[in-house]
Amino acid sequence: MSLWEYANPVRFMQVSGRMLPWVAAGAVIGTVGGLGWGFLTPDDFRQGSTVKIVFLHVPAAMMAINIWVMMLVASLIWIIRRHHVSALAAKAAAPIGAVMTLIALATGALWGQPMWGTWWEWDPRLTSFLILFLFYLGYIALWSAIEDPDSAADLTGVLCLVGSVFALLSRYAVLFWSQGLHQGASLSVQSGERMSHVYRYPLYLAMIGFGLLFLTLLLIRTRTEIRKRRLAALLARETRA
Amino acid sequence: MLALLIRDLRLAVRAGGGFGLGVAFFLILSALVPFGVGPDRAALAPVAPGILWVGALLACLLSLDRIFALDHEDGSLDLLATAPLPLEGAVAVKALAHWITTGLPLILAAPLFGVLLQLPPAAMPWLIVSLLVGTPALSMLGAFGAALTVGLRRGGLLMSLLVLPLYIPTLIFGAEVTRRGAEGLGAATPLVFLAGITLGALALIPFAASAALRVNLR
Amino acid sequence: MRLLAAEGLAVSRGGLRVIEGLGFTLDAGEALVLRGPNGIGKTTLLRCIAGLQPPAAGSIVLAEDAVAYAAHADGIKPALSVAENLAFWARVFGGTGAAAALRAMDLEALADRPAGALSAGQKRRLGLARLMVTGRPLWVLDEPTVSLDAASTLRFAEVVRAHLDGGGAALMATHIELGIAGARALDLTPYRASGAAPARPHSFNEAFA
Repeated sequence: MSLWEYANPVRFMQVSGRMLPWVAAGAVIGTVGGLGWGFLTPDDFRQGSTVKIVFLHVPAAMMAINIWVMMLVASLIWIIRRHHVSALAAKAAAPIGAVMTLIALATGALWGQPMWGTWWEWDPRLTSFLILFLFYLGYIALWSAIEDPDSAADLTGVLCLVGSVFALLSRYAVLFWSQGLHQGASLSVQSGERMSHVYRYPLYLAMIGFGLLFLTLLLIRTRTEIRKRRLAALLARETRA
Repeated sequence: MLALLIRDLRLAVRAGGGFGLGVAFFLILSALVPFGVGPDRAALAPVAPGILWVGALLACLLSLDRIFALDHEDGSLDLLATAPLPLEGAVAVKALAHWITTGLPLILAAPLFGVLLQLPPAAMPWLIVSLLVGTPALSMLGAFGAALTVGLRRGGLLMSLLVLPLYIPTLIFGAEVTRRGAEGLGAATPLVFLAGITLGALALIPFAASAALRVNLR
Repeated sequence: MRLLAAEGLAVSRGGLRVIEGLGFTLDAGEALVLRGPNGIGKTTLLRCIAGLQPPAAGSIVLAEDAVAYAAHADGIKPALSVAENLAFWARVFGGTGAAAALRAMDLEALADRPAGALSAGQKRRLGLARLMVTGRPLWVLDEPTVSLDAASTLRFAEVVRAHLDGGGAALMATHIELGIAGARALDLTPYRASGAAPARPHSFNEAFA
């Protein structure tokens, strides 16, 4: 049996229904564990207790980007293989991604205030996230504006492809435009050697937790979308007959 | 293709407003900014490149929904889709017609508005060059937004929401060229990036836009 | 010469199939009139044949660039004159004979008038004259005689007959008798979709029903 059979709506409902409790449990353990453990870490010698916002800020920022990538993959699957569940999954993911972007921006502002002395700075990374948020908004707005689901799926798919290219372009354009203040060294995950183990392990746990949290929400929302489509299909059939 | 271009231009001339409205909007915007910012040369000059670019971009946005909406209403779009002319070509031609009726007048008027906004004379050629290189991308991306929303009754606002984020890279590099020109720095690098974005948009967006149009026609 | 062959054709409107299992052919010199009650899917079928909409199932075999499509909207620009409107479509389709088309649809006297000043029937005549300048063999017509008076309807029937004699073909949905000798009629009622789940879902409404 091929992987694509999971794209069949009935099969998807069965499998996702069975998976959901486990994924949800993992999400709870990861997020509560990661954030709780993070809360108990000692204060940083320079940043004081504000450093603890990293356990919310970094996983949310990571998911904000990953969710867009997931939407891009799902849109490609829809455009190429015409699996309806894939289009609905992209639709279901968008609001989650937008909220993650918002969390990253808000926590960034809260952190920026004590650290840089300002709520907002037109720093390349912050700006890129703001632009990403705009792309999420446009995508969600287009889905909700078009009534016919077949057209909506195709049009948002095309928008997601073009939007991805331009989001990436904007990212580099913004780097060119302002060199920025975002300190990479002590905070960023990539430069792990600069970050103490004390902070690193709870951060990893929180990141896994956020990934599972996204998966949980995605499954729930996709299942809702499938049920909504099913209702609409039955209703359409009823009015036609 | 030429026939379509000539028809669109002729329609724009006869219907009136096609050439004038965008420029009039641009003028009003340039006249309003000093009221908000203050009449000081020292305050206006640094923001002039950005204001001029944002103004050109908004003026361009105003007329985007006309690219396809009228042809969709009267059935011309159906007929164009069945014509021997590839739809991608029709999209490109319509974007070109939009650029000639909106982008070109803006470019011609921009130096004048630059004077209003105290743009340093050294920046004038850079302003014109950056608009000349950048505005075709604005028309092409606008055609994509118009194609996405052509079937919608109140698509105008939605279209702005979809199109404006796509304009960000063009705006950044376009304004950067002008700003560097104003400060007497080398503006070649952002100009090359700007040209790259425009060429890429001209090459690829017609396919995306015509795909969106086909979806909206069915 | 075969101009159109449809086989196992299913078309859907609003994501639900309206017609399925339809097969027919159309040769040069033939006219086929689609019949059936409102809502059976005549317009949808014609749009599929014109290539504006993909069929839900089945195949449509046509020669490349064979179709000239005319529906309720005629694609007329009110700001252009009648002759300019026609000349534009002639150039786009690479066809000729704009003068003959104007004569055939009795529009010569109106040639320099802006199309916005035409009456509904006159606009319709211009829309049908457009068919003649496309130079395409297969005319796909959706209610072509709407808002035409009796004289214009006769004139139009004449034009269609001349087109058939010239090796063309016409597929049309119409409720009135055009009086074209040898025109076949195809009643779509037997092909009304049964509502059974299709083997391969095409739309959202089919995939989740």
